[in-house]
Amino acid sequence: MEPRIPTRMGDGSIARMTRSEIRADIEEGVAQAVKRAKVEPLTADEQEHLLDIYASPARFVGVDLGDEIVLSCDGSGMKTHATRTQDMQSYEQWMGADMLELCPGDYSLKVVRTILPYEAQRLHDALLCTIAPMQYGIMPNLGLYAKDDGPCENWSTLLPMGKIAEARSSSEEAAEMAVSDAVRMADAMWEAGADAIDFDTTGASGDPEFWATLRATEIIRAKYPTMGVQLGMAGEFVLGMHGELAYDGKRLAGMWPREQLEVVQKAGATMYGPVVNVNTGKSCAWNIARAIAIVKPCMEIAEIPVHMNTGMGVGAVPMFVHPPGDAACRSAKACVDLLRLDGL
Amino acid sequence: MGGIRAGGDLVARMQMTRGMRLKEAKQYVADKLGVTPFDLSDVAVMTELRDAHGFGRIHSYAISHPWQANLIEAKFNIARVLDVPINCVEKFKERTGLTEPAPR
Repeated sequence: MEPRIPTRMGDGSIARMTRSEIRADIEEGVAQAVKRAKVEPLTADEQEHLLDIYASPARFVGVDLGDEIVLSCDGSGMKTHATRTQDMQSYEQWMGADMLELCPGDYSLKVVRTILPYEAQRLHDALLCTIAPMQYGIMPNLGLYAKDDGPCENWSTLLPMGKIAEARSSSEEAAEMAVSDAVRMADAMWEAGADAIDFDTTGASGDPEFWATLRATEIIRAKYPTMGVQLGMAGEFVLGMHGELAYDGKRLAGMWPREQLEVVQKAGATMYGPVVNVNTGKSCAWNIARAIAIVKPCMEIAEIPVHMNTGMGVGAVPMFVHPPGDAACRSAKACVDLLRLDGL
Repeated sequence: MGGIRAGGDLVARMQMTRGMRLKEAKQYVADKLGVTPFDLSDVAVMTELRDAHGFGRIHSYAISHPWQANLIEAKFNIARVLDVPINCVEKFKERTGLTEPAPR
């Protein structure tokens, strides 16, 4: 009888599966990616490598010496146990952070405009007492521009009423506001000395948000050619909340990671973070197989660093408030070994 | 890559601000420092290198190096050795009169 190996589910719980069951999950995860995202399946060798990683009983697995990658961790300066600056100093000194990120607690673009000088001052001062490159991070979070939180009509309520034209118009209005705010934010952070801007969870509000972020990236990079822009996504494909928005002649709604990267590179971003959402009802082995199959096409066209998002609920890391380390390290090793990523 | 324990921050800077792929970024930094890409993740190699170039380091109460460059000073050295402009370094120079302010 096959021994049962402790492994994780997408919700973080332990499951005891046989090697055969893990293999079957990997195959099913790949098949689901092929069906859903129209990508090529992973090879037999790649699936076998995933099996070796996920069937290992080791508490911790790692990449080979020499294969280390850069980690771009968001929110390192969000105020946990000390001031935001001290948090980033801790991250740098104690946790070996390759890069740092100052961000507001709300982490949303719209809220920054009213506190911009304070944020820029914090960044300015933090840059004087740290060494690692530092970016300022926010989520575009376009939904905050809609009523009741913002000035624009709420397209989420207009759509179910059948008011398609009104919903589109409203989301376009919000997107233009977000572009303006993002550029103003970048202006301030550049003056403060920032190395880069991070647009995290891009596309959470669908294609209008993705459009706004691409447009803002284009403007920022043209104004400040030596300022980096990291563009990380919110989901594995772009939701068509508008449906007809395009960038560089390509419709944004429905884009999967490879198509996303094409327009992100066109906009001039310096780093791109694809996302594959975790299915909490499936094993992490299932999830990683699916995730890698979906992201793999990106690596064929990547001209900028690809930092796949592997964190709570994405990239086969469990959707749990404190993601288990055994699951996180397996995801990292699998991504590095098979995708040859530039970072996570 | 271990951040300032090794050479992770240096490689990250090339990715973040120059859009260099990992292999390219590692090779660029390694060439500037006269080491191999493999060495960049090795704390044993990089601690000595960071000391030599004044790139800043992990420090603790028991192992303080007050005579070495650190923090913004370290970034001056990183910018010079890696031949890459660092925004906060340029702003520091402008605001202390070391250079003329850039046109706004």
